[in-house]
Amino acid sequence: MLRVEGLHTFYGSIEALRGVDLEVSSGEIVALIGANGAGKSTLLMTICGQPHAARGQVRFGDDDITQWPTHEIIAAGIAQAPEGRRIFARMSVLENLLMGATSADPQHFESDLTRVFTLFPILKERRDQRGGTLSGGEQQMLAIARALMSRPRLLLLDEPSLGLAPMVVKQIFRVIQEINEQQRVTVFLVEQNAFHALRLAHRGYVLVNGRVTMTGTGRDLLANPDIRAAYLEGGH
Amino acid sequence: MEYFLQQLINGLTLGAIYGLIAIGYTMVYGIIGMINFAHGEVYMIGAFISLITFLVLGMLGVGWLPLALLIVLASAMFFTAVYGWVLERVAYRPLRQSPRLAALISAIGMSIFLQNYVQVAQGARVKPLPPLIGGGINLMEREGFVVQLSYLQIIIIVLTIALMVTFSLLINHTRLGRAQRACQEDLKMAALVGINVDRTISTTFVIGAALAAVAGMMVTLYYGVIDFFIGFLAGIKAFTAAVLGGIGSLPGAMLGGVLIGLIEVFWSAYFTIEYKDVAAFSILVLVLIFRPTGLLGRPEVEKV
Repeated sequence: MLRVEGLHTFYGSIEALRGVDLEVSSGEIVALIGANGAGKSTLLMTICGQPHAARGQVRFGDDDITQWPTHEIIAAGIAQAPEGRRIFARMSVLENLLMGATSADPQHFESDLTRVFTLFPILKERRDQRGGTLSGGEQQMLAIARALMSRPRLLLLDEPSLGLAPMVVKQIFRVIQEINEQQRVTVFLVEQNAFHALRLAHRGYVLVNGRVTMTGTGRDLLANPDIRAAYLEGGH
Repeated sequence: MEYFLQQLINGLTLGAIYGLIAIGYTMVYGIIGMINFAHGEVYMIGAFISLITFLVLGMLGVGWLPLALLIVLASAMFFTAVYGWVLERVAYRPLRQSPRLAALISAIGMSIFLQNYVQVAQGARVKPLPPLIGGGINLMEREGFVVQLSYLQIIIIVLTIALMVTFSLLINHTRLGRAQRACQEDLKMAALVGINVDRTISTTFVIGAALAAVAGMMVTLYYGVIDFFIGFLAGIKAFTAAVLGGIGSLPGAMLGGVLIGLIEVFWSAYFTIEYKDVAAFSILVLVLIFRPTGLLGRPEVEKV
């Protein structure tokens, strides 16, 4: 479904991605783990054309979307809950969800709204509250819900567990699984929280300094001593 | 008292005109964080297009005034909007990724270019338009002093209020308005939810220019003379109004416009008319010192 080949991205003169290759197949949950600054968020942003890649290719389905404008990539069926959540703080929860539905057919709006309110009942209670007044966990839920409102085939999640209480993290990961299994949305997940992410994911990739250094099933990666040493030990 | 009332009416009229121009500054700043210094010239072009349309209608013999006004309004808004759109495409969009200073210099360049272009195309001399809408309502009369609310002032104030109400509804309750607000808050995230950011920015320039054109038409009617240089001072005054109200805030721009209009008129009436611009700009300095975010502005830092 998503195929990334030899991707290079620059921020000014800094090369954040140095030839990334990876693939996400339809129906999968794929996790990308790596340390701070490895280029994880840059990869997700490059997939969405913010910024565009300097070299290499992003293919989505049969299309080469590498140089497409962002709104067309979203319309093609990719949605992202980005790093830092980026909730529209001055808009209400409902308006945030309306924004998420920008590229979706308006006639699905009501049913999509019901769908995300079922996944995250707290958002229904907060629907008229301004996004900026929500707690961190609620903002993360809103970010995911907003992404779902465009009816994506591929959902990109950037550190959904960052800064949240363990209980909330559990809840969010459960919902991600639900979205994947019941609603058949393919999920590409970026995480520093390698333990949770690899347990959830079918497959995983490890990104180090802008390159993929390792790949395998979630279980294999969890069992791998190098990964344990680098990303898991001491943490959990 | 009568004198005060008359100045109040005059001030509100002038303030309405500044407010309409100020909206253009504040919208553009809100969305791309840049002061569009060519916006005053866009207003000036609106005034010229109004004048030209009036003259053409005169030649065609369109005598019924309400119809003529409507046609002039539509023509000024449309053609000025085209200028606004082209301005963004040519002078600002190619510089979107550049440092802010580059776009600012480009804006000043466009301002000078448009002034000179109108000067060459239309001539440097002042262009008069005979008064078309005379008369008014005498509200009060005492000892020979008449407080008059002219029909033209009524038209200006009512039209401004109508436009501002329409505009607020547009921003707060339509799909386009939501896209505008999303881009104001976070351009990158707006793109990530699927908004066509380029088109939204273009629309901002088009709306700003159309509102400035209405101001241009009003000034042409109100003062009866225009020239290629009117955009400079009016532009800076409206910019002051936007800063006073809180740049980026739409109600702020409207409020700021009215306040600047009132300050200018009252200063001229009770102190010295020569120093009216000094008075208006002193306000700008004071605001920048004591309340940099303006009256209705928000601080740049938001709770995350």
